[in-house]
Amino acid sequence: MTTVPYIPAPPREKTLDYLNHDYRLSSWLLTRDHKRIAILFMISITIMFFVGGIAATLIRLSLLSPDSWLLRSETYNKMFTIHGVIMVWFFLIPSVPNVLGNFFLPIMIGARDLAFPRLNLASWYLYMIGAVFTLMALILGGVDTGWTFYTPYSSSFSNTHVVMVVVGVFIAGFSTIMTAMNFIVTTHTMRCPGMTWFRLPLFVWGIYATSLIQILATPILAITLALLGVERIWRIGIFDPSVGGDPVLFQHMFWFYSHPAVYIMILPGMAVESELITCFSRKHPFGYVFIAFSSLAIAMLSFLVWAHHMFVAGMSIYAGMTFSLLSMMVAVPSAIKVFNWTATLYKGSVSLQTPMLYALGFIGLFTMGGLTGVMLATLAIDVHVHDTYFIIAHFHYIMVGGMVMAYLGGIHYWWPKMTGRMYNEWWGKLSAIIIFIGFNLTFFPQYILGYLGMPRRYHYYPPEFQFWNVLSSAGASILAVGYVLPLVYLLLSLRYGKRVGPNPWRATGLEWKTSSPPPEHNFEEIPVVTHEPYAYYLELPEMKEETQDE
Amino acid sequence: MSRPTYLQEQFEDMHQQTFTATLGMWAFLTTEVLFFGAIFVAYAVCRLRWQEEFRHGSADLQLWIGAINTAVLLTSSLFIALAVRSAKAGHRSMLVVNLIITLIFGLMFLGFKGYEYSVESDESLVPILNWSTIPPDEVGLPPSQQHPRPEQQKLFMSFYFFMTALHATHMIVGIGVISVLTTLSWRGRYTAEHHNPIEIGALYWHFVDIVWVFLFPALYLLRTG
Amino acid sequence: MNYKGIPFGPPRASQFAPEVDALFLFELAISAFAVLGIFMTIVYFAIRYRRRSEDEVPPKTGQHYAIEAIWSIVPFSLMLVMFFWGAGLYSKMKRPAPYAVEIHVIGKQWMWKFEHTDGIREINQLHIPINQPVKLIMASQDVIHDFFVPAFRVKQDIVPGSYVTEWFIPTRTGEFRFFCSQYCGTDHSRMAGSVIVMEPSDYQAWHAGVLPSEPPAAAGQKLFTTYGCIACHGQRAPTLAGLYNSRVQLQDGSVVVADENYLRRSILDPTNQIVAGFPPIMPSYRGQLSEEQLFQLISYIKSLQPVANVSGKELTEPSTRPAPADQPSIIPNFPPAESPYPIVPPQRHQGEPPNPFGGK
Repeated sequence: MTTVPYIPAPPREKTLDYLNHDYRLSSWLLTRDHKRIAILFMISITIMFFVGGIAATLIRLSLLSPDSWLLRSETYNKMFTIHGVIMVWFFLIPSVPNVLGNFFLPIMIGARDLAFPRLNLASWYLYMIGAVFTLMALILGGVDTGWTFYTPYSSSFSNTHVVMVVVGVFIAGFSTIMTAMNFIVTTHTMRCPGMTWFRLPLFVWGIYATSLIQILATPILAITLALLGVERIWRIGIFDPSVGGDPVLFQHMFWFYSHPAVYIMILPGMAVESELITCFSRKHPFGYVFIAFSSLAIAMLSFLVWAHHMFVAGMSIYAGMTFSLLSMMVAVPSAIKVFNWTATLYKGSVSLQTPMLYALGFIGLFTMGGLTGVMLATLAIDVHVHDTYFIIAHFHYIMVGGMVMAYLGGIHYWWPKMTGRMYNEWWGKLSAIIIFIGFNLTFFPQYILGYLGMPRRYHYYPPEFQFWNVLSSAGASILAVGYVLPLVYLLLSLRYGKRVGPNPWRATGLEWKTSSPPPEHNFEEIPVVTHEPYAYYLELPEMKEETQDE
Repeated sequence: MSRPTYLQEQFEDMHQQTFTATLGMWAFLTTEVLFFGAIFVAYAVCRLRWQEEFRHGSADLQLWIGAINTAVLLTSSLFIALAVRSAKAGHRSMLVVNLIITLIFGLMFLGFKGYEYSVESDESLVPILNWSTIPPDEVGLPPSQQHPRPEQQKLFMSFYFFMTALHATHMIVGIGVISVLTTLSWRGRYTAEHHNPIEIGALYWHFVDIVWVFLFPALYLLRTG
Repeated sequence: MNYKGIPFGPPRASQFAPEVDALFLFELAISAFAVLGIFMTIVYFAIRYRRRSEDEVPPKTGQHYAIEAIWSIVPFSLMLVMFFWGAGLYSKMKRPAPYAVEIHVIGKQWMWKFEHTDGIREINQLHIPINQPVKLIMASQDVIHDFFVPAFRVKQDIVPGSYVTEWFIPTRTGEFRFFCSQYCGTDHSRMAGSVIVMEPSDYQAWHAGVLPSEPPAAAGQKLFTTYGCIACHGQRAPTLAGLYNSRVQLQDGSVVVADENYLRRSILDPTNQIVAGFPPIMPSYRGQLSEEQLFQLISYIKSLQPVANVSGKELTEPSTRPAPADQPSIIPNFPPAESPYPIVPPQRHQGEPPNPFGGK
């Protein structure tokens, strides 16, 4: 039975850390401390996650019956739209970068803060303003275009608050761009002495690659949404086929951003995964350079595959074949990572604590989602399953089974560092298992539904599909429990959790060399790095003397 | 060694600060390239689809105002480059003068742009506000002598206003930035050792200029003879 | 397709269905193998290398370039197989049989209208005889829709403003659902119906019992006069006889094939593609013709044989002339001008192919 090694904290005189050195509200709302901004983001995205989750709950409840028993069609359409908008732009994209990246990127490279602290705070405020616009649109009546806003429905036909949501997303996009700029510049210029590029933790490589995609892709979303807004308000005719405009132009522009966006969403999860696997097998990654470069390869290739979302939209078959081949290629770096993570366990010292449960679940579920992605890249199969529940299952396997599990794993892993407290391990493990079971029960039936032919965004459906829909909704109820539990026990740990010292996991990495929680300026002295990362074989023997078993 | 007041606390030394700030500005300009690039691509796609109508739209723009504005903007870039040179040499008064001249040329650009918009309004070329299919000077003529504007010329004008307004917004922000730099320079904040903000501000200004250098041919020069 | 009443897969009711299913099962098998392999490896490693002591120090293991290469190249090679297989099948889906029966489809919020070339109109249902290739020529009246028949494994987005086509050969009788599968507004999920595939004798019986409307080509001929087309075409405007599927040289020197989309664009946006040697004086009919009327006009134009072949009378059947064999193509001889499916007359279906998903 594994136990959390308990490193006794120093006697309880009040040590000043980033949390307790100033309790005034203004010191939080005007902070330049990247750690406090990370906490602000964590609170905001958690709230948005549950708003999006309520929409998902209503969707799955509605789908218990083939008829409209709970919601009118208009309301149902608004539910899946707001679920997508919130989850993509207000939860998944900011989750790991703006919470864990903000908190740990500077510490991991041995810096005192990000390069542009005030820009970081501005990023949070822009996120909040964007969220306010989006929630206002929801309160005023919602949007019913789907999160993809396809024209001409969104530009000429829908009579919902499209422009308001588009403005909200537009503003949130600038939040993303600012964070990404900050991370890129910080990684280049603020590494401590001895921290060469190949001594960086893989988390930093992953966040860096994500930031590259963010700064290149998000401006395109901004222009696409601006054109959509202009078209909707003033009918300039660019997407309107009745005056000769081209609705598919919108799709090209939208997916040119949105495909890299899905890599913005998953790369940080992969970044966390590298940290979790190495720490909980106490081993260096199997192929550090391969994992690092595959992040960059994914970032570059992600820009070349957008039209695989449009295979049935009327492209020429040569274009279809080109994008199909490129989409196959982009799967290769992800496969390399999965194999490398699995091989990292080899000859390691594997401990199945809560973060590791999330990490191992990630490998399995991400692999399943990724392989169905290869099926979708296969043209003839995509013709059949495009715009069905197969697609929904595919991206939920990656986003929820992959990314959300990685985010939760990261939160659990770094929770003691961020808060100085340890959560209850038993509840942690239980929640991870509930989430894994609930997730599979929710989304695996959706693969079957999709192949059967149930289209997505369907409120009514043929009665023969009801069996799988009920199964999926049952799974969703379990998944919901799994998500609520961490909220409870993590919050409780703030009051009742055991206090921990600097390195409760015996992990490598600069963040574990400073106190838990870290002081306001991260380090008493700027560290100097002298060896490669993940050198467990070097560092573990030194930690032997400091611990006692419980 | 004591830290200068303009050295921010997250940096170890001035060298790190200047390098970081410059890299930050380049990263920001990269996002701007993608931002303008997206609208240029949308414009190019529509131009390829409606070549005749867009050529017509180009022909109806005020080429001479556009040309003057190009010269104005290039000159303003010259003067901000001179300002950077003055800053490197530590000549405070020349720095301020060069920055002020840059500002003047920037404001001239905006002035000419506003005048140009008013001319376009007079010719009923503004979509949404006062677009007219029949040119105003042909309104009274019998239909056989009228040359109605093609429908997609309206789309061209929408692109024209969107792109130039986007550019003008960036100009206004640039003028704000240069004004702040001018004020701080006048107060003696920048020396030969510390003048990185001037360089970064100049980078931004040059970028806005380069966007115009692409806008001008794309909008004004591809016209019927 | 059912196991104890629970559906696991759609019926296989077109010539594509077994091929798509085979490819899918191939990929499913490889995926299952990969997932199980990784899962078992993880379980094995997690047990074999479990932490036995808090103080144990795992050894440093070296670089393994060879294994990295293997597990990059092998998956990529498998994916190439999948790519070629999928692309080949996809190109068959995009190459309609040359003698397919054409059916016009109009999708609008939130219903489907079908018009057979002999004038029979249906709403939300499509009756077709078994084993006869069908090519759907589809248009949307408002937003993007999508015609999806799971049992046939065919799907195509219908973007307003142009025609798209979709084709299949139904290989099984029965009633098969179709859905709109591109979100199109409030009642998107009710925009569905059935394709009813019948034995030829049953189809004849149904056909006899339905009141036909005017065949589209005949209605189109009336529109041709009403809208004044007849005044110019044939004299100072390009002749339309034999125009369909011929090659046309445009003013800018390019050569295009006069398919349905060309005809549609010529009616709605004539100045966009002027035929070489003619002035740009044709007025646009945008806003004046409904999608049905456009279909009728185009059916009429398609029916016009070259003057030398026909003694002055127009046919009411659509032209069955296949596309010319020497169409301009980027890759020579690809896609092949001949349909990959043998040209046989419709016949009574004998027996059924085996179906691992179960029967329906």
